[in-house]
Amino acid sequence: MIFPFIWLVSSSLKSQLEIFEYPPNLIPNPPVFQNYVDAMTFRPFPLYFWNSIVIATLNVIAVVTSSSLTAYGFARIRFWGRNFWFGVVIATLLLPNIVTLVPQFVIFTRLGWVNSIAPLTIPLFFGGGAFNVFLLRQFFRTIPEELCDAARIDGCSEFGIYWRIMLPLSRPALITVSIFTFLAAWNDLIGPLVYLRTPETYTVAIGLAQFRGAMTTRWDLQMAAAAIMVLPVIVLFFFAQRYFIRGIVMTGLKG
Amino acid sequence: MTFRRNVTGYLFVSPFILGFIFWFLIPALIALYLSFHRWNLISEPVFVNFSNWQRLFTDPLLPQALKATVLYTVISVPVGLVLSFGLATLLNNQLPGIGVFRTVFYLPSIIPAVASAALWAWMFNTEFGLVNVIIRGLGGPKIPWLQSPSWALPAIIIISLWNVGGAMIIFLAGLQGIPDIYYEAAEIDGAGRWTKLRHITLPLMSPVIFFNLVIGFINSFQVFIAGYLITDGGPVNATLFLVLYIYRTGFRSLDMGYAAVMSWVLFFILIGLSFLVFRYIGTRVYYETPGEG
Repeated sequence: MIFPFIWLVSSSLKSQLEIFEYPPNLIPNPPVFQNYVDAMTFRPFPLYFWNSIVIATLNVIAVVTSSSLTAYGFARIRFWGRNFWFGVVIATLLLPNIVTLVPQFVIFTRLGWVNSIAPLTIPLFFGGGAFNVFLLRQFFRTIPEELCDAARIDGCSEFGIYWRIMLPLSRPALITVSIFTFLAAWNDLIGPLVYLRTPETYTVAIGLAQFRGAMTTRWDLQMAAAAIMVLPVIVLFFFAQRYFIRGIVMTGLKG
Repeated sequence: MTFRRNVTGYLFVSPFILGFIFWFLIPALIALYLSFHRWNLISEPVFVNFSNWQRLFTDPLLPQALKATVLYTVISVPVGLVLSFGLATLLNNQLPGIGVFRTVFYLPSIIPAVASAALWAWMFNTEFGLVNVIIRGLGGPKIPWLQSPSWALPAIIIISLWNVGGAMIIFLAGLQGIPDIYYEAAEIDGAGRWTKLRHITLPLMSPVIFFNLVIGFINSFQVFIAGYLITDGGPVNATLFLVLYIYRTGFRSLDMGYAAVMSWVLFFILIGLSFLVFRYIGTRVYYETPGEG
């Protein structure tokens, strides 16, 4: 399972000659670190990195605010039509964005959003994804109702309860949602492919995809570029390891 | 007070409702409108009645795209389910160092698909790829993985199996929720490994298996990046998945009308699949606390 990673790193450090050697060596001799420099300068990868980070960060902000507000409404307020709307959440959970790709493109074209990061960020401020709403709702329901009742008696508003009690107590769940949102944005190809038209707006995913088209024979550089895209994900994983598993455990899948 | 509660409730869930209207309901209507028009994004849409819909039945590429997508799904989902379940049972113990193994198996599933596509395209290279190097080292033939219509789809299925770690972690979480006392009681009654698996683990895990099955189906019907980057739908359209075909029709051939029709087709397929899965399998799932919403 881990071996393809090792092969990725090994190939990324091989010279153009060595990469086509048979039988191949596992350890490059000598390791060519210049491949990483070449890969980063072949296209403006530092700029792509910045674009990806901006989009991913905005997505995290959008998803955390929007899905937590919605989840609180579903978890704690008994309003008329709540079950119907929660049914809609579950239904959209099963419907991938891809089925609305074409008509959404029409909307964003008319709004003049194409070739900007707007189509990749603004929609997430509305709802923040059914799965996240579902996950946070499940988590909010585990927080004792008595805490909220006590606050209500003291005259706290619903928004105050959400802001001062729910959010601070839900930090692990919110971090989990943030991590997965960041990864999804970092990994997304089809969105940037459809909406970003000029190289100044490209993300790392597009940069690497174009690399593949233009450099089919330079496997050494391609592997270096792929390693560069994977690196932030691995770093994130090792810093936030427990949240990757926690999100799934704490939600439970029974409800 | 009821009125105020309703207003508060709707204010809280309004982001979702607005999003549902803006990014789902209105697009669905636009897709319906587009499906009756010919539109290349530049000139004005031209009304063409049902001709886009009729094209569904005469288009030679659509059966090909459906075949590739369905084959990919019916092989990769069950095999992935068995593999991830097997791995989870193996890794569900308290041996020292088990965390390392869990990490090793989980990690590939969070790797960006674009990076993974670049890596596997290199691994499956016919002349210099590691996969063939190993096969030839064992005395096997040189397999033209990405150049042959009969090997390209299997190659992409193998790549998808590299990602079983996501499902495995969900299974692992489920397995850890089963109280040891059930197994201890069964052991006292003389139950063996197989009996415990058959009568305790599988029934108690059925909601999780069901969840992974549904998610697996839905994800695999959306397969795109591998077909787009590794094989570009080829060779001879063997990996022209449905989403890739919709993308090409809409954004490369600029045929928005037909792309909208195919989006509806994908929509109906996913609705149908979800319905079937819930109708026939969902009812057999064992829930410990029935009716808990």
